Formats: sequence, structure tokens, C-alpha cells
Amino acid sequence: MSATAPTHDHGHGPELAGGKRDFLKLVASAGAVIAIGAIAWPLIDSMNPAADVLALSSIEVDLTPIVAGSGITVAWRGKPVFVRHRTDKEIKEAQDVPLGQLIEPEADSARVKAGHDQWIIVIGICTHLGCIPLGNKPTDPRGDWGGWFCPCHGSQYDTSGRVRHGPAPLNLTLPPYAFETDTKIKVG
Amino acid sequence: MAGLHKSDVKNPVLNWIDTRLPIITMMNKEYAVFPTPKNFNYFWNFGALATVALMLMIVTGVFLAMNYTPDGGMAFDSVERIMRDVNYGWLLRYAHANGASMFFMVVYIHIFRGLYYGSYKTPRELLWMLGVVILLLMMATAFMGYVLPWGQMSFWGATVITNLFSAFPIVGGPIVTWLWGGFAVGDPTLHRFFSLHYLLPFVILAVVFLHVAALHITGSNNPLGIDVKSPQDTLPFHPYYTVKDSVGLCVFLMVWAGFVFFAPNFFGDPDNYIQANPLQTPSEIVPEWYLLPFYAILRSVPNKLGGVCMMFGAILVLFVLPWLDTSPVRSAKFRPLYRIFFWVLAVACVALAAVGAHRPEGLWVVLGRVATTYYFLHFLVILPLLGKIERPLPLPESISQPVVPRGGGPLPTAATAKPMEKP
Repeated sequence: MSATAPTHDHGHGPELAGGKRDFLKLVASAGAVIAIGAIAWPLIDSMNPAADVLALSSIEVDLTPIVAGSGITVAWRGKPVFVRHRTDKEIKEAQDVPLGQLIEPEADSARVKAGHDQWIIVIGICTHLGCIPLGNKPTDPRGDWGGWFCPCHGSQYDTSGRVRHGPAPLNLTLPPYAFETDTKIKVG
Repeated sequence: MAGLHKSDVKNPVLNWIDTRLPIITMMNKEYAVFPTPKNFNYFWNFGALATVALMLMIVTGVFLAMNYTPDGGMAFDSVERIMRDVNYGWLLRYAHANGASMFFMVVYIHIFRGLYYGSYKTPRELLWMLGVVILLLMMATAFMGYVLPWGQMSFWGATVITNLFSAFPIVGGPIVTWLWGGFAVGDPTLHRFFSLHYLLPFVILAVVFLHVAALHITGSNNPLGIDVKSPQDTLPFHPYYTVKDSVGLCVFLMVWAGFVFFAPNFFGDPDNYIQANPLQTPSEIVPEWYLLPFYAILRSVPNKLGGVCMMFGAILVLFVLPWLDTSPVRSAKFRPLYRIFFWVLAVACVALAAVGAHRPEGLWVVLGRVATTYYFLHFLVILPLLGKIERPLPLPESISQPVVPRGGGPLPTAATAKPMEKP
């Protein structure tokens, strides 16, 4: 055992790469990092949605009380979903707009279920900063395109839920849903 | 005197920090080159293990609190939700619940290490007393944590322990009502216990800091119990004891994981999976194992106030232990008589734990009284007398002397040690 090692700072010295000590250090450090990661992951994952939260992820909505020209708001996964009964005029406006005029071009037919043109169903959260736009009630401000109007920063959406005036960058998101009968949908 | 620290850290950014807040210099001084007796055995791992246990308890506890509801009507269900629905909730809860047992296990070994090797003796009296404060805080924290799942054992354990204070004449009744925030253990009690259960671990952390600070003033004791006489008696803490502690830590975590994954309810009581019912007491109320000896002392005294006083006295006597033990020799290695009494004390403590786990009937009552009597005799009578009667064995001249035969080569020491040259 020699105590006459040359003076150098521990860990920063002129040690040759590939030595036994480097290998041991590498293995020990890698093992410690993996162990800390294995301990950290369950902690982090425990903050993700729990099984009971995920289980609340589908709802059914009865469409019969919704008169043409107005919409309702239902809660799905803690978020508002707009279910709106469009008038023939609103459907025609949504279908006829040239896609080139849109901020995020998307055909109306891609945003409704075939055969159910009168129902536009979107997640009611402005794609700008998360406010809930107005416009479900006919007396609400609906903006220049007759859809929804966000009171926070003035974003406007048309009757297909597509953004027509910023600052929102994207169309209103479509939730996954299906028609169970002509008057009942299942969201989620 | 105010002034910038002259740092010798090479990295310019770290140097800038270290000049203004010499935390790197401090860590290097206290944990890297810190001169540590070179003859530690594995019993000197347990302070570090206890620190790791405290940290893991705080971390798992913080994440459990994100999903726990301290409400009389919802607490039990929120714990079941953690077990069934929250991602890895079962792991967090089992790690935390078994962690309490693991924490006490290493702390009790740590304490008996101190008793055996005389670590409480001058100049480490304050260090020892801070340790007793930590033990008291741990007991309070563990007790309140056990109440939170709001099962039958939680509820009735809380009832029994808080009722201890009713033993005091005149003030007892009002104190208990004040502790409960009502006229029985109930929702207000649960809320405050949760609040305090979250607070106290950070108080423990602060006292642990003082405990370690005091340790770094006096330096560590060692298995021979004699003072460090020269740098030859020491090794730098890193890498020698960081590595030794890491070995112990791996074993410790394996034992902990063994309980969590293979016997998660080993220390638990099945009654605690029944929701708290204020109108029915379970047939047997048993505290967690780490409180059993004190519970046994409580029950061994056939007088309510006397039992409570003896139970608290069993811990308070540890505060004055440095002055009760009159022998100047620290390590039991050189105290042939003390060594015997030490083991009798250890057996008495285990016996008390066994007594606490059984119904106070027949032989258990007798055993409880004998062990309780010995516990107090040991500290209050035997230790003061033993120092005067006992003839200690001759002490070695220095720590190096029994390790290195005369003429042995020099060993790496804290003052001059550098990493060993590669072959």
C-alpha cells in the first residue's frame, strides 16, 4: 500500500481513461442513476391521472332538448364540451367557405359525423389560452362568423368551430364521440 | 469578520458561487476529507441509513399527501383509492408504512450502538441528547401517521394514547379535550394530526442537522472508544466511508424492498383495514412494534398516573444517561461487567416488546414488571455504581496501535491522503 501518490485533485487528475478505477466509477455511478430513476418514476407517475379519474372518461348526451340555433355545454373529463344544433343557414355557411380563407384549413364535413350535419360537437376551450368561448345561447356574442367568441382575447370561431380570427392558432378540438341513436351521443 | 471566501474550486462558475457562499468548501471539508476514525465497523452505518430512511419517508409522504384526504368521512376511502386507483399508490403507501418500521429499526440499532460503545460520554453528551430529541419526535410523528388511514387501530390507538394525558390530575381532562378538538377522537383530531404529521418530519430534519453539526465538532466515536490521537488514526470520509455506507445502504434497501414487495402487511394489523368505528373497540389494541416496550412499561404499573410517568420516564432517563454512567471508559469492549449488563438490558427491551404484544395476563404481567424494574435499575442504579466497582481492561495506546503492529507501514490519513495510485 503506497501513500506516496502524486498530488492531484480527486476525480480531476490526470488519470488514464479505461482504467479499472474509471470502470468502477462508471458502473457505480450508472447503477446509482438507474436506482434513483427507478425510485423517482413511481413518484412521478403517481401524479398522472389515477384509474378512477380515467374511468370517468365517457358520458352520454341526450340531444332532443336542444333546439336549432342553440347549443348546450356538458362536462367531459372536467372539460366543457359544446353540443350545438345548427340551423340550415349555419350549416351552409360552414360548408361553403373556401378553405383558403381559413387559419387552419379543414372542411366542415371532416368536423361533423356524416348524416348528422346539424350537430357540431367541439371541446369548448379556446386554443389560445384555455378560456371558454361564448356563443351557445343565441343571445351570446358569437363573433363575425356566427360561431363562438372568446371573451378573453377576442378569438372568433365559425359555425364549424374553426378559428377565423386570432389570436387563437387552431380550430376548436373535436372530442371522440359517436351517435348511439339519432338523438343520443356518447362522448369519450 | 465579513469577507469573501478564498475558494480553491477550479470550475469558474462553482468558484464564483463558492467565493460568495462557501458551500462546496464546506461539503468538501465535512464529507470528503473529513477525518474519520479508521476502525469503524458496520454498526457505524446506521446513522447514514437513518438519514436515508428519513429522506425516503419525506419524499414518499409528500406524494402520498397529494392523494390523501384528512377528513373523518373520507380518509379511509382515500387511502383505499391510493391502493387501488393511483398509479403506484400501493408502492408509495407500502414503502411509507414499512419505512416507519425500517426507520425505527435502524435508529434502535444506532442507539444500542451508542450504548455499547459509550458514544454518549463526554464530549458527546449534547450529540446524544439531540438524538433522544429525534427519537421523541419520531415517536410522535409515527403515532400520528398511524392515525391517518383512519382504520380501527388508528382510531383506538389515537384514543388510548391521547387519553394518557388524562392521567394528570386537574389539567388532564381539559388537555385531552384540547388535543381532540372535541369530546372524542374525531374529525378535528384527524385534521390536526395530518397537519402535524406533515410538519414534524421537517422538524426532525432540522434536529438531524444539529445532530450532525454537533458530531462534526466532536468527531465520531469508534469501536475502541478511545480518542483519535494522530492523523494516522483517521481516514478521509470519502471514499472510505462513503463506500462502506453505500454497501450498508444496498443491504438496507434490499431488506426494505423485501418487506414492501413480499410481506407488505407484515408489521400491520388487519384491524386497520376496518374503517374507524367510534362505537366499537377492537378486541385487542396493540401499538406498532417500535412502541411496544414503552407500552409494556405503561401497563406494568398498576397505577394510571404512575404508568404514564414511568413510560415517559423511560425515555427521559436517556437524557441524563451521560451523567448516570460514571465510568470514564467508553467502549464495552474494555468493560467486562458493563458488557454483561448491556446484554441484559437488550434482553429486557426485547422482553418488554414481547410483553407489550400480549394481553396483560398471568406470566406476561410478571415478566413485564421484572423487565421494567431492570430497565430503570440499569440506568439509575447499576450504571452509577458500575463505574466505581468495575475494573476496566487496559486500553490500547491509540487506534492504530492494535491494528498496525509495531513497525507497520504508514496508512493513508485524512491530513495527507490522496487517492491511491493505480497499479
